[in-house]
Amino acid sequence: MKAKVHITLKKGVLDVQGKAIGGALASLGFGGVGDVRQGKYIELDIAETDPAIAKSRVEEMCRKLLANTVIENYAVEILR
Amino acid sequence: MKSAVVLFPGTNRERDIAVALERATGQAPAIVWHAETSLPKVDLIVLPGGFSYGDYLRSGAIAARAPIMRAVVDAAEAGVAVLGICNGFQILTESGLLPGVLLPNAHGKFACKNVALRVETSQTIFTGGYEAGQTITVPIAHHDGNYFADDETLARLEGEGRIAFRYVGENPNGSIRDIAGVYNATKTVLGLMPHPEDATDARHGGTDGLGLFKGLTAALS
Repeated sequence: MKAKVHITLKKGVLDVQGKAIGGALASLGFGGVGDVRQGKYIELDIAETDPAIAKSRVEEMCRKLLANTVIENYAVEILR
Repeated sequence: MKSAVVLFPGTNRERDIAVALERATGQAPAIVWHAETSLPKVDLIVLPGGFSYGDYLRSGAIAARAPIMRAVVDAAEAGVAVLGICNGFQILTESGLLPGVLLPNAHGKFACKNVALRVETSQTIFTGGYEAGQTITVPIAHHDGNYFADDETLARLEGEGRIAFRYVGENPNGSIRDIAGVYNATKTVLGLMPHPEDATDARHGGTDGLGLFKGLTAALS
């Protein structure tokens, strides 16, 4: 099955890339854009048929590598 | 003092640190490839600067999970001195040997220049060559040097005297409380963003980094 992982910066953590994106959007003339936050999206194919086990394995991957929980949150979605 | 320098794909400051160590100790360090699973018996392990694994995922994130890091963590836990410079500091935070994280510089640009640092304490194996409160000038060269930790961690670091160096005057990267380097709880692991190894020869433009290597040699020989 497939796992989709979204990694986002925690609230209050400075997002330099998000700020640069916001600045570039403004210079293109897109008005009304407030705060821009950039994250990561990771897709995994996993050889596991039980969605609950798959989810807990991917969450462990998030804690051990995919996210740095000092500054990042993660959300895991399992697709059949 | 025997030393080892760990080499990851993308490390680029291994020669700088090897030259500085050899000058201070008279002995060239062992260079250990990241895929190894054991280290020679040494008094000091150095994780040098560079862009290990192209900074993929997060700076230092992949290197921190390389095979050799198990041996580095075991050695650190057994009390062997570990020094992480620049990317090496990022790897130490990612491996959990040091608290906090290095975020991209607050101004969004690569910073490459000399900076002034205050040596917070001389009472460690790393800083015996300096006076507490002394200001030294050493270069920085990084994109992700903006040290960050939560308030509770910062209070613990400050309470236990675990801030090693702070930027004086201009803060070049936005790091919280001007922190340039921190120790682990036993002060045997040090991570810092600046490059003391690149201020060890008059031809570098300054020799203020020598104190670190002299201090280490005196403490560990």
